[in-house]
Amino acid sequence: MRSRIREIVVKELRQALREPRMRALLFFPPVLQLVIFGFAVNLDVNNARIAWFDGDRTPASRELRERFEGSGYFTVLAMPRRDREVRDLLDHGDVQAVVQILPGFARDVDRGRASVQVLVDGTNSNTASLIASYANQIVTSFSQRATQARLDRKLGTSVPTNILPVNTASRVWFNPELRSRTYFVPGVIVNIVMLVTVMLTAMAIVREKEIGTMEQLMVTPIRPVELIIGKTVPFAGIGVVNMIMITLAALLVFQIPFRGSALLLLASTLLFLLTTLGLGLFISTVSHTQQQAMMSTFFLFLPALMLSGFAFPIQNMPAPVQWLTYLIPARYFMEIVRGIFLKGTGFAVLWPAMLALAVLGTVILSLSVMRFHKRLD
Amino acid sequence: MPENAVEVRGLVKRFGDFHAVDDVSFEVSRGEIFGFLGPNGAGKSTTIRILCGLLSPTAGEARVGGYDVATEAEQVKENIGYMSQKFSLYDDLAVEENIDFFSGVYGVRREIRETRKEYVLKMAGLENRRGDMTRLLAGGWKQRLALGCAILHEPPILFLDEPTSGVDPIARRTFWDLIYQLAEAGNTVFVSTHYMDEAEYCHRIALMYRGRIVALGAPAELKRSLNLPSMEDVFISRIEEEERRTA
Repeated sequence: MRSRIREIVVKELRQALREPRMRALLFFPPVLQLVIFGFAVNLDVNNARIAWFDGDRTPASRELRERFEGSGYFTVLAMPRRDREVRDLLDHGDVQAVVQILPGFARDVDRGRASVQVLVDGTNSNTASLIASYANQIVTSFSQRATQARLDRKLGTSVPTNILPVNTASRVWFNPELRSRTYFVPGVIVNIVMLVTVMLTAMAIVREKEIGTMEQLMVTPIRPVELIIGKTVPFAGIGVVNMIMITLAALLVFQIPFRGSALLLLASTLLFLLTTLGLGLFISTVSHTQQQAMMSTFFLFLPALMLSGFAFPIQNMPAPVQWLTYLIPARYFMEIVRGIFLKGTGFAVLWPAMLALAVLGTVILSLSVMRFHKRLD
Repeated sequence: MPENAVEVRGLVKRFGDFHAVDDVSFEVSRGEIFGFLGPNGAGKSTTIRILCGLLSPTAGEARVGGYDVATEAEQVKENIGYMSQKFSLYDDLAVEENIDFFSGVYGVRREIRETRKEYVLKMAGLENRRGDMTRLLAGGWKQRLALGCAILHEPPILFLDEPTSGVDPIARRTFWDLIYQLAEAGNTVFVSTHYMDEAEYCHRIALMYRGRIVALGAPAELKRSLNLPSMEDVFISRIEEEERRTA
């Protein structure tokens, strides 16, 4: 039994790795994808483009503008004079927000009842709420200083008072600079490893069906389980090498922290590969041509991506959709990878997710083995 | 090993409403070259696939090497070599690598692997091209290599499904020399073809048409009984009669 498996593994590796072009195709695109996607997955708002409508034009309104510009979050691109211009700027997407200051702003500040209007383009709700919140911070601190100035004037001396009696003292753990990239890149790793291994396994088996060698293999005394192990082990190997390469790329290019155990990550990767290879195998049992296998891979990849918690937090999903995510292996691996990279979480916390991967992997592999017959009908 | 290498009784294979094989019975004795003749779609390949354990019969019984193809497919597989219509070696492996791979999956004993490999290379005339990629070989050599890989484990019964289709006449001739050698060594060779001249080379032939056997016997016997000069005439006359019968 072992020798037959070894024959298949050797054959697969020969076919996959002989040509330099094929070798390059197996290992280079995943790294390239990681780098490109790594730069792309960024939700941070630095330099939001805004327009400044100043209906007051007083030292007070100018001071507020300087605060916006000095914050590092905003760049004032236009100073419209009329309402129509404001509309056009937002319609064309030239600016992401418009700050409107009404005539009499300085006077109202002195009276303690001024207001500033911030019009935000809400097309991208995430960016919009970040912009609104940054604008709010700047206006609050401006308003704090203005109140202090009013008090000083009234009392005739400067008595530093704490105008807002309660302060929030937030400390952010795990990702102190709140870089969204730090959160997303480990997820990109999961997606790339998933796509590469599912696709490679499915294609490798369906290709043999297409060229007719599968029929030849079926008349040999080889057992289905030997054929399956022989066909998946090489791709597990390639998957692990890919995982190591893109993990290193993530650490070097994006300075993502790696706080946990590399060994634990490797062990979890093997468990995750159990599920992806099983899925690839399953696809190969329901496809007759490589095109069908390719289509099925993408058809299954998309829900796996959307429901894995890669971009959209699972806690925010309605309950029935949340239940569905329990069937998605990527969900557990996403949790493990983020835990190991960002939090340094250990086995004590991650074991339920690892167990889930082991169970799902065993189930899907057994299903595929059961579906994989040595007959054509 | 029983007297007959292959025994088929009332074999039926239906795909939906289509009767690919419709109540077929015949025997092939040991050491015989048995030809399966008929136009494309007559059910030759389907019958061969059933005999190799690749398809399950809808009804009827078939035994190969004494084993039932429906219930003892794995034992059947240990006793047969099969060469399908399609070229089914790995184009992206070297000649020698293909041989090594199939030796391994057929479970050829290690101590005789080298001898078997040399035998196959010699038989296929590829001794000097063992390191070449298989995709670079011309049709005739590919065919002989495929045959070689199908007999690495020295199976007593061989199923060859249109092994010479698409090969030039000289290569076909060489291929038939090999078939004779194998039969002389005591192997049973079950071969399908649509070339009439090849039918003449067989010890016995079965003429298949629309899933049924319409003539069965030695080529000379068939020609004599119908008083016709060639197998081609036998073939045409039998099919015309079959058409009249079913019309």
